Amino acid sequence: MSDIASRVKKIIIDKLGVDEAEVNPEASFTNDLGADSLDTVELIMEFEKEFNISIPDEQAETITTVGQAVAYLEEHVK
Amino acid sequence: MQPRRVVVTGLGALTPLGNSVQDYWVGLTNGVSGAGNIKQFDAAKFKTRFACELKDFDPTRYLDKKEARKMDPFTQTAVIAADHAVQDANISRNSVDVDRVGVIWGTGVGGMINFCHELRDFYLGDGTPRFSPFLITRLITDIAAGHISIRHGFRGPNFSVVSACASSTNAIIEAMYLIRYGKADVMITGGSEDVINEACVGGFNAMKALSERNDDPTTASRPFDLNRDGFVMGEGAGALVLESYEHAMARGAKIYVELAGGAATADAHHITAPHPEGLGAMNVMKQALADAGMSGGDIDYINVHGTSTPLGDVAEVKAIQHVFGDDAYRLNISSTKSMTGHLLGAAGAVESIAAIMSITHGLVPPTINHFTDDPQLDSRLNFTFNIAQKREVRAALSNTFGFGGHNASVIFKKFVS
Repeated sequence: MSDIASRVKKIIIDKLGVDEAEVNPEASFTNDLGADSLDTVELIMEFEKEFNISIPDEQAETITTVGQAVAYLEEHVK
Repeated sequence: MQPRRVVVTGLGALTPLGNSVQDYWVGLTNGVSGAGNIKQFDAAKFKTRFACELKDFDPTRYLDKKEARKMDPFTQTAVIAADHAVQDANISRNSVDVDRVGVIWGTGVGGMINFCHELRDFYLGDGTPRFSPFLITRLITDIAAGHISIRHGFRGPNFSVVSACASSTNAIIEAMYLIRYGKADVMITGGSEDVINEACVGGFNAMKALSERNDDPTTASRPFDLNRDGFVMGEGAGALVLESYEHAMARGAKIYVELAGGAATADAHHITAPHPEGLGAMNVMKQALADAGMSGGDIDYINVHGTSTPLGDVAEVKAIQHVFGDDAYRLNISSTKSMTGHLLGAAGAVESIAAIMSITHGLVPPTINHFTDDPQLDSRLNFTFNIAQKREVRAALSNTFGFGGHNASVIFKKFVS
């Protein structure tokens, strides 16, 4: 697992209170990991803080699974 | 309709003396002080560096970690104390008509701790707003009542009551009215306050409201002592389940006491100073007695507001003597704030629990830390100094007063079916 993927995973486990085993790339924040709309906003904020980037709202709305988050961050984090 | 009788069927408490009603009562009756050096933030540069903090309190022992994170401490303690009271009353969404069960919760300040942190981070940053989506719902004072209802599925009347340090007494009175006049059968009520942070300690210090006895925190809260120098901040929550007499009897509930009555008044005098003759305090006790259909001779114990401030303690005693006359000499009077510190918006709830337990146990918790008599106070009054006193308590009155000039009193009496 990439460094980015493991950091993303750690944030999700912490913020959503889920087990590590549930956090697979296909897992949807809302459908599989129990997040509501506010939790999702908070996750995006935590990614921004952790990786010191800014994710525009229209991009943030397309990030709905663990895999999408990792892919976006791997592409944009320098 | 004929007003309905209201009884107390469940209790819950998180206090600086312990994280259950039982531990709280043991601490109270043994004269234990909950004060110590502040652990929650670095208070080195503050005039006051001690408070009565909760002990070994880990919210995740009671709440799911994800849920706990969405709450400021005042909501965490509210939800936990309310859970304890609901369990104690032995009710659940499956055993009651949830539309007839409400929540009215008191808090003075609300969720200030997370709010202060987020503002600090914003101002220290580059101006980019990075506020949590939970900033608002951790802050607003009504949210504790909301969380309690969501957790238990209780769909009756739901709101919070704010009147500074009288908040949870006002909450109990409002909840009592709803049951009395048939709008609900069961009410979860009480209050919580958890604001031992830089802004509140600094703010109260600026008002010269807090004791500055840093060399001896455990004796700092000394109501009615000549050398009292201000209140000591406390934190925590108290919860009560109120129920109509008929509803409680029908389900065979354990009944602690009857909530006989209550009243609320204002000083209309000054934002922080009490009326010098205790006018609002006098009126509120008179009206509470009238509401309960009782006279001064029916009360055996007054759990006073008694915060250990130079002016407030004297004004309250003047008011008691005016209202009770010679009956004042046969009362037990005590300020349990000498042990718990001042729980602000939660004070009325935890002190109501002390009043209730004094009735059920026939034991009056003391006013600890008495060293020197204050010549301004009538020495014939029994302030229950230093050691708990056994006596039959037929009825107990609890006073709370808040900045803004709010006064609220409630009276509990022995339950007789």
